[in-house]
Order: sequence, then structure tokens, then C-alpha cells
Amino acid sequence: MTNVLVCIKRVPDAAGEVTLTADAQAVDARFVGFTISAHENCAVELAVRIASQEGSGTATGGTATVLTLGTDDAVEQLRTALGLGCSAAVLIEADPAGYGPADVAREIAAVVERGAYDLVLLGNDAADTGDFQVGIRLAHALGRPVVNGASTVEVSQEEGTADTAIARVAGPDGVETYQVPMPAVVTVLEGGVEPRYPTISGRMKAKKVKIETVAPQREPSGSGRVRLLLPPAQPSAVEVLGEGPDAAKAVVDLLEKLGVAR
Amino acid sequence: MTASDARSASPARAIPATARVVVIGAGIVGNSLVHHLAQLGWRDIVQIDKGPLPNPGGSTGHASNFIFPVDHSRELADLTLDSMRQYKELGVFTESGGYEVARTEERMEELRRRMSSARAWGVPAELVTPDHVVERVPFLDKDKILGAFWCPSVGVVDSLRAGTLFRESALALGALTVLSTVEVVGMDVEEGRIRRVRTTGGDIEAETVVIACGVWSPKLATMAGASIPLTPAVHQMISVGPIPQLAERPGEISFPIVRDMDTFCYERQHGADMEVGSYAHRAILYDADEIPSIEQSKLSPTELPFTADDFDPQLEQAFELMPDALGADGAEIRYAINGLLSLTPDGGPLLGETPEVKGLWSAAAVWIKEGPGVGRAVAEWMTHGHSEIDVHHADIARFYPHQRTRAYVRSRTSEAFNKTYGIVHPGEQWDGERGKRLAPMHAAQRAAGAEFFETVGWERPFWYRSNEALLGEYGDRVLPRENEWDSRWWSPIINAEHLAMRERAGIVDLSAFAVFDVVGPAAEQAVQGTVVAQAAVADGRVIYTPVLDAKGGFRSDLTVMRLAHDHYRVVTGGLHGMADLKWFADHAPAGAAVVDQTSAFTTIGLWGPRARDILGRLTDADISHEGFPFLSCRRIELGNIEVLASRISYVGELGWELYAPMEQGARVWDLLHEAGRPDGAVPVGIGVYGTTGRLEKGYRAYGFELDGDRTIVEAGMGRPKVKNAGFVGRDAYLAQRAAAPQAVLCTMTVDDHTSAAGGKRYMLGGEPILTRDGGTLTDGHGHHPYVTSAGSAPSLGAHVLMAYLPPDQATVGNELAVSYMEELYPVTVRSNDATPLFDPTNERIKGQNSENAEP
Repeated sequence: MTNVLVCIKRVPDAAGEVTLTADAQAVDARFVGFTISAHENCAVELAVRIASQEGSGTATGGTATVLTLGTDDAVEQLRTALGLGCSAAVLIEADPAGYGPADVAREIAAVVERGAYDLVLLGNDAADTGDFQVGIRLAHALGRPVVNGASTVEVSQEEGTADTAIARVAGPDGVETYQVPMPAVVTVLEGGVEPRYPTISGRMKAKKVKIETVAPQREPSGSGRVRLLLPPAQPSAVEVLGEGPDAAKAVVDLLEKLGVAR
Repeated sequence: MTASDARSASPARAIPATARVVVIGAGIVGNSLVHHLAQLGWRDIVQIDKGPLPNPGGSTGHASNFIFPVDHSRELADLTLDSMRQYKELGVFTESGGYEVARTEERMEELRRRMSSARAWGVPAELVTPDHVVERVPFLDKDKILGAFWCPSVGVVDSLRAGTLFRESALALGALTVLSTVEVVGMDVEEGRIRRVRTTGGDIEAETVVIACGVWSPKLATMAGASIPLTPAVHQMISVGPIPQLAERPGEISFPIVRDMDTFCYERQHGADMEVGSYAHRAILYDADEIPSIEQSKLSPTELPFTADDFDPQLEQAFELMPDALGADGAEIRYAINGLLSLTPDGGPLLGETPEVKGLWSAAAVWIKEGPGVGRAVAEWMTHGHSEIDVHHADIARFYPHQRTRAYVRSRTSEAFNKTYGIVHPGEQWDGERGKRLAPMHAAQRAAGAEFFETVGWERPFWYRSNEALLGEYGDRVLPRENEWDSRWWSPIINAEHLAMRERAGIVDLSAFAVFDVVGPAAEQAVQGTVVAQAAVADGRVIYTPVLDAKGGFRSDLTVMRLAHDHYRVVTGGLHGMADLKWFADHAPAGAAVVDQTSAFTTIGLWGPRARDILGRLTDADISHEGFPFLSCRRIELGNIEVLASRISYVGELGWELYAPMEQGARVWDLLHEAGRPDGAVPVGIGVYGTTGRLEKGYRAYGFELDGDRTIVEAGMGRPKVKNAGFVGRDAYLAQRAAAPQAVLCTMTVDDHTSAAGGKRYMLGGEPILTRDGGTLTDGHGHHPYVTSAGSAPSLGAHVLMAYLPPDQATVGNELAVSYMEELYPVTVRSNDATPLFDPTNERIKGQNSENAEP
């Protein structure tokens, strides 16, 4: 039985062209809305699988708790994760704009220390700020082992031995497998699992969960952001494969090359 | 071909420098329009869309694409049925059948009303039990519903495929150039006429431009200094699947669509998924400028981020209705959008040439179910000046300036959004945007306890609580109604005011009239060429006349006063007044100008057997029958106020319409009341003027009895002769006179109001007329008769209905039935021409019975 804490962040959905707010302090989500970043969606999926009562090997019958640091708006993302199968949620209520990675790691650590979480999952990096720091700082603060950039995470429960987390990291030359004693911290990179969509009943259950709200430990020291800058627009090439039925073969060839058709 | 930027990939094609017509937009409307224009012989059509084809990213691309053909509006039902025919011809229609289910008894009653409309428009439908529903939709929880409206002809369409086929048809004729990924960036207007469309690929000279851009239309119209008063609004939709019960059947749809009317949601199968759409959430409005570009969008510009909180209540309600399907193992919410669609302040489409810019047309705010029909109607209108299906309710010229403001559009659409599946009473009043146009005597009306109804912004008293005492005086003669629905937005005081007017006199505020002048040396030519009646009359004559389109259908009916050799004044209903003004202006020759006077004059009606005595107390003018004959007008003095008095009546009584400068209207109102006191004159509301008074007299109303589908002959309004002078519709009218009518407008009375439950029921309009035993009637057009107007006739002690009947049924004394809430009530035909049921020889208008006014 593993109790998992999965940490997410409310971020603008970067599916469309990214635009910045007028003060260049944030990404403008007016047209795209907010979401949970793709890495964290996979972390939620892994957390739900590990906590579930039954399922593919890894199910431990534990709990999956979702956590975020943000304003009341971030409840939307907590509810989404609850709808996917998390059973509890913690909101560290604060304006995330002033929080640097060290601040966030400290605040998460405080929650972990007073709870009994065997495994903390995070996204490899946040989709909006891309700091790549919170996971490792959190592990350091907690004095726990950490694996970064895992595609999958399973829990090994063998009678007579302590539970371990098995994290697989896809590298350029193959898959690296890490087995770490729990409690542990793992940051997740998207690609290893297909995150589920919510079900109607899941969403209805999520509405009924009371979200635990905690105050931050102390004022943030921040990361001293000056402003965000957009990278120069990437040139996009358009190739016309043909017109009418004659184009069909070229389209099929391309789809095969891309690996979306065989 | 390789280009550095997707947006510039396609415009490598040459952009034509000129076009006969530029159609902006390649959604269902623009595509249908180019097809129909090409069919009607148009060439050099250029169609532009800023998005790629076949789905440029507008509302068509995310539509749920299902069609329920029955609407309470005949115009929308006609457009829908025509669209279904076109979709079928294109091979993109799949019939699924559809249910509107009721969870409440109130909704069951509304579904009975739905049946009335289905019967009236000839759409097969029936009311069915929950068992009927679960037989076809086995995963629906039948304990949640009381019954349903079953319409087997409901279906789904592929609107994108239809669009492609429409374009290909026009391309095959060599009539069309399609420019996708080209954006319109400006429009040039010179001397009030559209000249040029500026695009990212260059300029196109064109005398005719159509904006068919759905949610973007307001932005485009602004480029030309015109206005298309719609707002982009969110309609939320999710798609849940895979659902095993759906997946096991092949094809896109094999289960009927369910509209869960009481929760304002629908469930529509789409392959293995169930789409759940909602009209229950808060109104979420956008501005056309706020819609993201294709590049900025996550999915498409009109598929905006889903706001889950808004949808959660619907989720539960949908789950409650279909737990086995929506709760099936593995069924996930795979797609969820805040889809943008176009809403207008009155719910109607925005069609026709804009009143601001000649040559600039609108074809916007159209649902998938009306798209092809609208394309055809607008193409015909552009070609012939009229369309086969009457679309006057959708005429973009219908709005007054205040109705085009952003604030008004947002307020009305916000209020209407949750009524999309609502139970809307025919007399229903708006809560918002009230008190915007006040008659000069408004304060006095308020003091008299006026119950105000709103028409095009005007607050019009429908009855006055100060007349409540009359109820005791008249007792059951006021024809009281016991049923809540029948008496909603109604009062027996209306009928009491009616009787008081018939016995004594009534004073009626008619400030909502639209008034415009036709002036200049060619004024006579302008009026003569536009109206049916002889307009070359002496100064001081009043004409009541139909106005026809070229195919001989009604454009309007109105009164015209000749004030001088070069000066006519047109008075018409407020509802359609702005469209009438445009019609006159469009048909005015050089040397005639049309000038709006609506805000310059108030109109007060004074009618009843005592009217002459009352007016006589205020003026020294000769107002005797000989000195001031019927259908004449002149300026008279009421003390120190000059008014234009016109001896005319829409209620069938002796009296006058008095036109006073707006700022003196309150004084005239007070003077008339003071002068009327000795005779017991009372203020009389629009309930009498618009319904009871006119129905007793068999007077027809535009928009009810009269519209583009009806003729003078069928309406029984023909005169012995047709003037020699030419006018719009003359040839068609002559042909109509020579042929046998296909339908005849008749007036009927209800013989027995007793319902099966024992209470008395009173029809409100729209109900089908059937044979005595419930058999269907069909006129020569293939239409089924329905009640065009219904109301009390207090002087006759009867409830009166008007309807166009098949000629062989249009005989006085013929016994038929009206179906109301799915029960039959016996009716008898009382008149088959314009002969009034009350005072058939019009003695009262002539003022010849004022000595024995008591009926």
C-alpha cells in the first residue's frame, strides 16, 4: 500500500501560439485556457495507477493525493486530477508568481513532512517556467533519493523487504532502470504512459472532495524574474503533397514515415 | 511548392482584381450561398475565407450537426425543411429520429404545444410514452421522464461535406473562385455603396459583398461602417466514449437524438461517443475582436477552452438520464469545448442588405439546420429582390439604432440563452433592456397603472389597472380565462377596455408607430410605384394600402397620408418600420427622398361613439362627418397645439389618429382625457388595438396574416380595380387575380371551449385547424391551415381565430376544429373574406350610429 503525493501546477495550455501578458510576467492564457502540463498529467496517471486497488501489477491499494501551490483558480486543476482518480487534494494557497523553485520545494516539503507520503511524484519541469529544479530541491530538503525524468514508475512490494520504487528513464542508448528505497521522489517525463481522460462519474466524485487548504510556511524569496521573452518564431515549412486523389499515396507514405500509420 | 509560412502558402494563386460579388466566409452559409448564386446565373463570384478548407475554423466546423425540424416560428421551420431537402439531395443527411423528453408536467404541456406546430407545418410527429423512448434508446432511464415528443424525421448532417459539394457545384459551372487562407483586412465604401474588399492578397473591386462570417461578422461589418448585431457566445459540448452500447452499431448514428428539454441539454450519438451539449450554463459572451486567430487557438478559433465548472451540473443531469451509457466502463470525456456560435438580440438570423451600405449584404447568425435554406433565400433575394421562403423576420434592416448597440445585443442574448430550450410563452416579455423608449405620456400612463409590454424598445401599455373597475361593470362579458397559460401576459381588463371603447370612447397611445416622409418633386412617383392603392390622390387624403414584392407577396401594409403635392407621410407598425423605411428608400426614384420622422411625432388614437363629441370640446375645426370625412387628414388646433388629425381606424370605430410633436404628446394626452371625462372615455391599451378591436373587424396584421407567402387575393383584400400606374408586384398581382386562390383567409369563432378536464381553454395563435373529427386539411400550396391570430371578441362574446383555409373549406358556416394542447375544440367559419364579424357594414366608422352607441 503506497501513499503517493503528486504535485502539479496550473499552467497555460501551450497548444496554440504562445502570447505573453502585457507586463510580460506570465503567459497569456486567454485563448487557450489553463491546464496541467503534460509531464504532470503523466505523473497523475502513474500516481493513480500505483494507488489503485486493482490493475496492472503496480496497483498497491494506496492513496493518491494531488497538491498544488497557487491561488483559488488552481482548484480547477486539482479537481481535474481528482476526476482522474486522485482521492484527496491539497492547495498551498499563494500567488505563485513570487515563488521561485526553492520556495516551492520548501512549501511542498512542509506538506510531505506532516503527511505520510511514501512517494512524491512531480513533473520533470513546469510547462510555463521550465526551471527543472523543484524535484531535486524537494528531495534534498527531505533527505530522500530522487530519480529525474522517469517515463514510468512502479512500486515493488515484496514480502519481507522494504517497498522500492522502480523508475525507468529513457536514455539515448536504451532504458535506465532505477530501483530506489522508499520514501522517494521521482520526477516524470511524458511519454511513458497514456494519461486517461476523466469519466463523468469521476468528475462527479471530484466535485464532492473537500480540498485541504494550507498556508505557506513563509514569504517567498522568489527567483528574481525580470520578464519573459518569446523565442523568435520558428519558420514553418508547408509542402503541398499534391491535389485530389493523386495525392493519396504521398499522404500514406508520409503517415507511415511519421509512424502514425502502418 | 514550399513556402516559409503556412499563411502565405495558398495565396500564391492570383487574386482577381474584380468580382461581380465577393462572399466572405466558407462556412455552411457562404458555401450554400455561392452554390445558389451560381445556380441563379451569377458569375465572377469570389469566395474568401481566412482559414483553410474544408474547415476554416468557424462554427460550422464544431457544430453538432443535428436537425430537429419543428420550431414554433414558421419562417425558421420553412428554412429548416428546405435545408433538410438540400442536405438530402447532397447525400449528407442521416435520419436518426429524435425525442424531446419531458421530466415535468409543465414540459409535457409545452410538448403538446410542439405538436401544434408540428401539425401546422406538416411535420410527422407524435407524443409518446417513456416505453416508446426506451425501446429505441435502451440506455435511457425511463423513470426520469413523463413522456416525449417523437419526431422520426430528425437527423444529422455532414455540414462540412455539404459545404465542399456546394462549392464544387459552383466551381463546375465556372462561376466561382475560392480563396482560402486569405483574410479580409478592409472594405471601401464610396457614397454609401460598397466598392472594394481589401485582403491580405490584394484588393478586389466589387459592387456586391456578402458577409457570411458567422461569429466574425460584426468585425467585418465594422470595416464598412455597417453593423451586424450579433454576439459570439459559448455553447458547451463534451464528447464521452467509447460507449459499448454505441460502439457495437456501425456508422455515425443509429440511436435517436435526445433533447432533455428540462435540463436544456441534448445527447447525440457520434460513432462510439455520446455528445452532450448544453444551453443551461451561464451566458458566456465574447466580442468578435476577442476570438483568437487560428495560430493562437488550441483547437480552432471557435473551439475555446472548456470551463468545466460551468458544465458540471449538466454532467450530473445527463448522467442521471443515461447512467448505463455515460457511466459505462471506459467511457471518458475525450473532448470538451466552449464552442462559439452566433446569437442575436431577438434570436432571428441577420439576412439582407445592410441598411447602412448599399451592396453590402449580411447572411449571418444562422444555425446548421437553416444554412442551406438561408443560402438559397439570400441568393434569390439578391437576384430577384425577394425569396421564395418569406424571411422578413430575419431582415437585418429590422433593427432600430439602439438595438444594434453592443450593450443591447449582450443584454438580450444573455437573457435569451437559457431560453434556447425554454418554455417561452407567445406573449413573454423581456426583463432586461426595458424602459429604453418612453412615450411622452409615459408618466401619466404609469399613474394609471399601465401594464407595459415592450415592442422594439417602446414601453407600450397593454392595459391599465385604473380600468379595473370596469370589470365589475361588464361581468362575464370580459370573457375571463381560468387557465394559467391562457391568461399569462393577459388580463380581462383588456376586454373591459374594449367594451368601454365600443360604448363610449378609448384613448390609445400609438407612439411606437414608425413614421417617415416621402418628399420632393418625385414624391408621388415614389409612392405610386411602391404601393398597391392609388396614390395620385388629392392632398389631405389617407390611403390604406398593401405593399408587395415583385412576386406579389406582402412586404407590408400601412397607411399613407398625402400632405402636399410633394409630401407624403407613411405610418407603419413599429415592429417592421425600419425595414419598410428601407424598402421605400430603395425604391425611391431620383427627386424623392425618404426621411425618418419616427422620433418626431407621437400618435394618439381617439375612437368610439363619443370620439367626435370629445374632440369637439378641444377644437373649433369642422370635424363633422361631412366636414372631416373618413380617410382624410388635416391639421387642426387643439387650443394652442397643432396636431395632424387623420380619420382612420384599426379598431372599427369613429375617431382619429392625432399626430403631435413628441414634446407636446403628454399635453395632448392630458387634454383628451380631460375632454373625455364627461363621456367616460378611458385609456385603452394595445391589447385592444392589436388584438380584440382588430379581430372583431377582421383587420389583417403584417407578420401574422400577411407576409411574403400571402397574396392580396388570398387575404381577401382585393379591390374591384387595379390602378393603371405601375407598382412593384403589379404583374404578379394581376396574375393572382386571374387565378383561383389556393387558400382563403377566414375568420372563425370557437363554439365550445370546454376541455376534457372540464375547464375552459382559449387558443393563443399558431394552432392547427382540422376537420371536425381531427382530419388534416391541406390548401392548394400544400400547406396546412393554422391560426394566424387568436383573441377575444368581447362585443361578440366569442373567441375569434383567423386562418388560411383550403378554398373548398372556406365557406361561412363550415364546421371545423382547432387542436389546442392536443385536444379538439369545435369552430365555425364566420367570414371568408374581409367582412368583419362586428359591424359588418362599418356604420360605426362612419359615425352614423353615435346616437345609439349601446350595442
